[in-house]
Amino acid sequence: MNHTLPIDPARLEFRNVSVKYGSRHAIEDVSIQVPHGARGAVVGPNGAGKSTLFKALVSLLPLDTGNIYIHGRPLGHHLDCVAYVPQREEVDWHFPVTVRDVVMMGRYGRLGLLKQPGQKDRTAVDRALQQMEIDHLSNRSIQDLSGGQQQRVFLARALAQQPHILVMDEPFNGVDAITRDATLRLLKDLTTRDVTMMVSTHDFLLAREHFDLVLLINRKVIAFGTPVEVFTTEHVSLAFQSQMMLIDGALVVDQCCGDEEHTHIHGGEE
Amino acid sequence: MNWLLEPFTYGFMQRGFAAAVIVGVLCAIIGVYIVLRGMAFMGDAMAHAILPGVAIAYLLKGNLLVGALVASLIVAGGITLFSRKGSIKEDTAIGIFFAAALSLGVAIISGVHSYAVDLSHILFGNVLGVSSMDLLVTALLAVTVLAVILVLYKPFLVISFDPVLAATLRMPTETLRGVLLVLIALTVVISMQTVGVGLVAAMLVTPAAAAYLLARRLPAMFLISAAIGAISGASGLLLSYYLNIASGSAIVLFATFIFFLAYLFAPQKGVLTRRWRRLV
Repeated sequence: MNHTLPIDPARLEFRNVSVKYGSRHAIEDVSIQVPHGARGAVVGPNGAGKSTLFKALVSLLPLDTGNIYIHGRPLGHHLDCVAYVPQREEVDWHFPVTVRDVVMMGRYGRLGLLKQPGQKDRTAVDRALQQMEIDHLSNRSIQDLSGGQQQRVFLARALAQQPHILVMDEPFNGVDAITRDATLRLLKDLTTRDVTMMVSTHDFLLAREHFDLVLLINRKVIAFGTPVEVFTTEHVSLAFQSQMMLIDGALVVDQCCGDEEHTHIHGGEE
Repeated sequence: MNWLLEPFTYGFMQRGFAAAVIVGVLCAIIGVYIVLRGMAFMGDAMAHAILPGVAIAYLLKGNLLVGALVASLIVAGGITLFSRKGSIKEDTAIGIFFAAALSLGVAIISGVHSYAVDLSHILFGNVLGVSSMDLLVTALLAVTVLAVILVLYKPFLVISFDPVLAATLRMPTETLRGVLLVLIALTVVISMQTVGVGLVAAMLVTPAAAAYLLARRLPAMFLISAAIGAISGASGLLLSYYLNIASGSAIVLFATFIFFLAYLFAPQKGVLTRRWRRLV
C-alpha cells in the first residue's frame, strides 16, 4: 500500500520508518509526507505508536529502519527546528522554577550550552507568554498552576523555540476550555507562519474540523490523507477493531485512555 | 563574645573552621541537584564507594585524597555504564556497586592491624586534623566544582527539570550526567576529612532539602542551601568543641535541626504554617 500524497514540496517525510521497543515493533514501515505548514492530526487506538512516532521524530528513540527527512535532509541536520510538547505528566511540576524560567528554556537550543539569554530571547519569551495568555502568571511557581495552565506553559515554551515543526502529544487530553481554545488558536496562527504541525488526539471531531491531514495509525499506517478520505468506516474499523461499534450508521469508538481517563465515547459519523 | 572566639586561638581550630564552612557550602550546592533529581541513594553510594580507594592508598602509603578520587570515579563510571545499557535499573546498579565497594574497603582495612583509629576518621571525619595543605587542596577543589556548576547552570537545569527537552534540544545529556556524577564524586572526596564518608550523604541532602522547602526558584534554592550548609558547618564545629562530641555528627545534627525548622515553619510549604493558614 502506498499512503504518500503527491503534494510538493514535502518538508517532513517519513520513509519506511520502523521503531522497536525491545523485540516488538511499536511502529512499522511508516511512510508519509507532510507538506510545509500543514496541520496533521495523528489518530489511533492506545498503544498504536502515536507517541513513539513523535519520539522518533525528535530523536528520543532510535529508528530501527528507514529515515525521517526534514526539508529533504535526514534527522540531525536541522538541530533546533523541531519543538516537542510532551504530555504534561512527563515533568516534575514541583521543581523550583517559575513559568518564565520554563518558557526561557525554549531558547536554550539557540543559545547553546554557555551563552546567557539576551534581549532577543526575553522578547521572544514575552511574546510567547502573551500569546498563550499566561503573561500574568510569568513569575508564579509552576506548582501553583492548574493543568490547563501547565499545558499553556509547555505551548509557550514551544513557541519560544520558534520551530519549523511543532509536535504535540495529546494536548487536548483533560484540559479546560480556555486551554483547548488557546491551543486551537495557536494551531491556526502557526499555520499562517508556515509551521508544520503533528498533533496526536483522541477526538475525531476535532481532528476533522481543525486539521488538513489525518494520519490513522495502528502500528502501521491505516490511512493518511484529508479527514474526509481517512475517516471512513472501513479505515476506522481497521484501526480500532474491537473498540468500535456501528450504531444507527454512526461510528462509535470506545477509547479508554489509560490511567487518568475513564471511558470516553467519541462520535465520528460517516 | 570571648567564649566564641576562644577556640580560634588554636591554629587547628581555624583550619577546621574554614574546612567545615567550605565543605558545608559545597555539599549544600551540589546537594540541590541531588535533591531535585532524586539521587540521594547515589550520593550515599558514592560516599561509601571511596572506602577501598582510601584503604589502598593507605596501604601503599600514597595520598588518601587521590585514592578516594580514583575510586569514586571508577564507581561513577561503573554505575553509568551498567545502567546505560538498559539491562538493569540505575538504583539496582548503585546497590550492587555500593555494597561491593564498601565490602572491598572493609576487607582491605580489616587485613591491616591497628586500623581502628584510621577507619573511624574515614567514616566520621577528623576536621581538626586538617593541615594547611589539606585546606588549600579542599579550597581549590571546591572552587573548581562551583565554577563548573556556574558555567553549566543552564544545561544542568534542563537535564534535571525536563530530560526530554534536553534531548530534543540535542544537548549532550549523557555527558552532562557524567559531569554531574564526577562533581558529586569530587564533593564526596573533599568532604571525607570533614564529615567522613558515613555522614557526607546527610550533608548532600539535608541543607538542600530544607532549601527546597524555602525557595521558589532555583537560584534562591542554591543560595539558601549554601547558607544552611555554611551555618551548619560553623555551628556544628563550635558545638563539637564545647560539648566535646564528634565534629561530623555535630554538623549533620545542626543541619537536621534547621531542616526540621523549615519543615514546620517554611512560609509556603511548612506543615505548621499551612495548618495555621487554614485556621485563620
